[in-house]
Amino acid sequence: MSQHFPAFIIVIPLIAAFFIFTAGWLKRTYCFYIAAVALAISLFSSFGLLLQVLQNKVVVYHFGGWSPPWGIAYRVDYLNGIVLVVSAAIAFLNLIATKKSVEKEFIERVGPFYALYVLFVTGTMGIVVTGDAFNLYVLLEIASLTGYALIGMGTEHAALASLNYVFMGTIGASFYLLGIGYLYIATGSLNMFDIASILPNIFQSNVVLFAFVICLTGLFIKMALFPMHTWLPNAYTYSPSPAISLIAPLTTKVMVYVMIRILLSVFTPSFSFKSMAVNTSFVWLAVIAIVVGSILALSQQSLKRMLSYVMIAEIGYMVGGFWLANRAGITGAILHIINDAAMTLCVFLVAGNILYRVPGDSFDNLKGLFRKMPFSMGAFVVGALSIIGVPPTCGFFSKWYLITGGIAAGHYGFVAALLFSSLVNVVLFFRIFEIGYFEPFGDLHISGSMDEEEKTFDDAPLGMLVPLMIVAAGLIALGIYTDTLVTKVIQFAIPGGIS
Amino acid sequence: METIVSIRPFLAVLVSILAVPLIVSTRRTNFREGWTFFAAFAKFSIIASMTPVILDGVEIEYTIAQVLPSVAIKLKVDAFGMLFALVSSFLWIVTSAYSIGYMRRLKEHSQTRYFCYFALSLSATIGVAFSANLLTLYLFYEMLSFATYPLVTHHQDMEGRSSGRKYLLFIVGSSIGLVLPAMLFIYHMTGTLEFTQQGFIAGIVPPKLIWILVLLFVFGFAKAAVMPFHSWLPAAMVAPTPVSALLHAVAVVKVGVFCILRVLTGVFGTQLLFSSQMDTVVLYLASFTIIAASLVALSQDSLKSRLAYSTIGQLSYIILGAALLSPKGMIGGMMHIAMHAFGKITLFFCAGAIFVATGTKNISQMVGIGKRMPVTLSCFFIGSLSVIGIPPGGGFISKWYLILGTLEADQRFMLFILLSSSLLNAAYFLPIIYKAFFCTPEESLFENKIDEAPPWCLVPLTITAICSIFLFFYPEPFFSLAKIVSVGIFSGQ
Repeated sequence: MSQHFPAFIIVIPLIAAFFIFTAGWLKRTYCFYIAAVALAISLFSSFGLLLQVLQNKVVVYHFGGWSPPWGIAYRVDYLNGIVLVVSAAIAFLNLIATKKSVEKEFIERVGPFYALYVLFVTGTMGIVVTGDAFNLYVLLEIASLTGYALIGMGTEHAALASLNYVFMGTIGASFYLLGIGYLYIATGSLNMFDIASILPNIFQSNVVLFAFVICLTGLFIKMALFPMHTWLPNAYTYSPSPAISLIAPLTTKVMVYVMIRILLSVFTPSFSFKSMAVNTSFVWLAVIAIVVGSILALSQQSLKRMLSYVMIAEIGYMVGGFWLANRAGITGAILHIINDAAMTLCVFLVAGNILYRVPGDSFDNLKGLFRKMPFSMGAFVVGALSIIGVPPTCGFFSKWYLITGGIAAGHYGFVAALLFSSLVNVVLFFRIFEIGYFEPFGDLHISGSMDEEEKTFDDAPLGMLVPLMIVAAGLIALGIYTDTLVTKVIQFAIPGGIS
Repeated sequence: METIVSIRPFLAVLVSILAVPLIVSTRRTNFREGWTFFAAFAKFSIIASMTPVILDGVEIEYTIAQVLPSVAIKLKVDAFGMLFALVSSFLWIVTSAYSIGYMRRLKEHSQTRYFCYFALSLSATIGVAFSANLLTLYLFYEMLSFATYPLVTHHQDMEGRSSGRKYLLFIVGSSIGLVLPAMLFIYHMTGTLEFTQQGFIAGIVPPKLIWILVLLFVFGFAKAAVMPFHSWLPAAMVAPTPVSALLHAVAVVKVGVFCILRVLTGVFGTQLLFSSQMDTVVLYLASFTIIAASLVALSQDSLKSRLAYSTIGQLSYIILGAALLSPKGMIGGMMHIAMHAFGKITLFFCAGAIFVATGTKNISQMVGIGKRMPVTLSCFFIGSLSVIGIPPGGGFISKWYLILGTLEADQRFMLFILLSSSLLNAAYFLPIIYKAFFCTPEESLFENKIDEAPPWCLVPLTITAICSIFLFFYPEPFFSLAKIVSVGIFSGQ
């Protein structure tokens, strides 16, 4: 059975989606349980796959028994093994954590919501697990289309934000498809590793060059790298919170994974880093993304919107770290895919909890939240410290690798941008702490009542809090086990030639 | 150097974190404070139990987690860390008692929160004291910054908030902006961060970069309040007085100094500092801070601000002592960590007691207060003697060694700085006491009737005052510990 794990990851949620949709008509309470079972199997299979990878280095699965380059091959190695587990865990935890909030927000639309949710996970996990460049496009579209729909299920501005995302997302995906098309013309193959074996002979070809440029552009749009980020803030702000705490951790991070995969496995490091000689310019692009994202985040007045801009800066971390083209930088980028996904989940779950209890997430609504929702805000503090980069949370350690990478590459602009962004994050998050902690202020000091703080306690229900606490504890655990993660997995994900 | 592995240092760090859930969940206030006392006593006992071992010249290690190749979150107890940990954990017990008197009498809000973050801060302080490498040090340093923020902003009013912002801006800003890159750079160059007796970067890092790194650390550890990174400390005085007393006269600020000393000796090493002439730069930075802070202190009317500026000056004594690079100067600097702690905490306790009993904060309104609060003001006198460095105040011993250090290092100018600073100290402390006791009945602002602060305030401040005299006659175990540190650092030369 365990040899079919790569198929389970995709097929089980795909089939489950249809059952969920049907259950939506028959008995709505079943939807959640079907989704939970499907995603649990998916998580279990991902975990099993990672264990297989730790033993055998690579797991290849031929869909329907057709061998590549004719059939579709799924291929799991150290790089996507770990990304798979993280994505599956996030999808599962978020599903559990948002159960109450989905019931409250979607009432009659629970069926469609969970169907889309599970399809989105199918697409995302598929992107990670596949070894076929065209299949990746198909799964990318599944993830994107369901993503548009999930975001569109929000209120008021959601439809427009989603439409904007549709335009940008489609352009991005089309660029990618075009790039793959050119590669197909040049090599006659769609299997990533097949292409990789043919490409070295024709690296000088303009077709390959063009494919490289256009693929990368498409991916940059999809991952919202500044200045192609404009779709992200609105889409993330107006989407329903149970959906965004799924989409925000996964979409952009998975796209960074795709970039790393395409550049390392298809185009090979020697082409991507050496022949193209674009490393430094891309790092500078990332520097701009970090700085501008941070500054724009400063000017926001609502929680989710601010977090969206923080994420735009975080994309810069990963892209920049990767293009440093040294071992520390790429380790940092891969580690940050994992860590950033986890901490984004944490803070967006908190945003969801807040919206569950409070009418809006603008800063005015956050007053006194530390008294009202101490546990959610406690998790928020852990998430924030991780985003700032305070040890022993995981955010510190990926930043550590990224900065050492920057120093090793002699790229001090990138080092400075990371430090700048950390400082801005301090301001951003302590502003929220200040509002949540101190306002309303004034009479408390005089009245001196000690029991007052207990009266207003009204945190999110336990079903939402427990998964959140697991995620928050996970941020610290990820930090403490960084070395295990790097020495057991990530260092093998980087090709040998990179020092 | 002999080393043993033991979990005790980790327990010493952990015990007050473990007390936090207990403090939060206990409804009855007396039991809640009981947990604080329990944690404080437990912490002190664990630390004290390790002292004999350290005095025998053995070091205790404990690895918490391996987080990066060749760098772990790791604790190591040596004589220097032990000295600092003993001082802060002992004073936590006294401060907890004082907190009860102070907070209850003033009917402060959110006392649960207050005791929680106090416990967290102490964990971080002991963590810094026992850090075996730069990463662990940074971890606990940051933890301390964040744990003390809610204490600084305790009053939650506009003043508290703006002080809180200033506090974060200086302390977190400098640690992320200056210390973090310096640490990463050293890691990149050497591949290790483990403190050693003689430093580990000599010969690896190019000499021209040494001075940048030294400055990054000296200013980056802004908790040491080396000018111009000092102005957060007077601002932090908006906190309740026990916080100012333990954290902003002992734990937090001395963590800053401790970090600087640790990095200068354990990372750079005395020989490298000497050969790169950075010792002179640090000496002048410290001496400027000493004189400037003392001059500013003269002009402060708010008692707590005057004490804060006095602290800024006294902290640089310690840095100066280390930067003299002489065995006696090092002993003097280390001793001053302990001596100044006992003296200054007494002074802050007195300031708080005066505020609790009379509501007065300003020195100009304390004329004749000695008649009303004789015990408090007598203790204030003892504390001042110690900080100025007059026998029988404990501060005399540390200043004595600092002065011997300047002679040993042949730094006459520094001798002059130390002596003139002592004069300035006397000039800003003694008039307060003089006005408090010796004034005509017409001048006196207080009735001639004894009305002291509550015993929970009075007893702790008497204890610390007695301690600071006691330390003059019997400066153990601090003296032996300081000597072990000094011998360890200078024996290799």
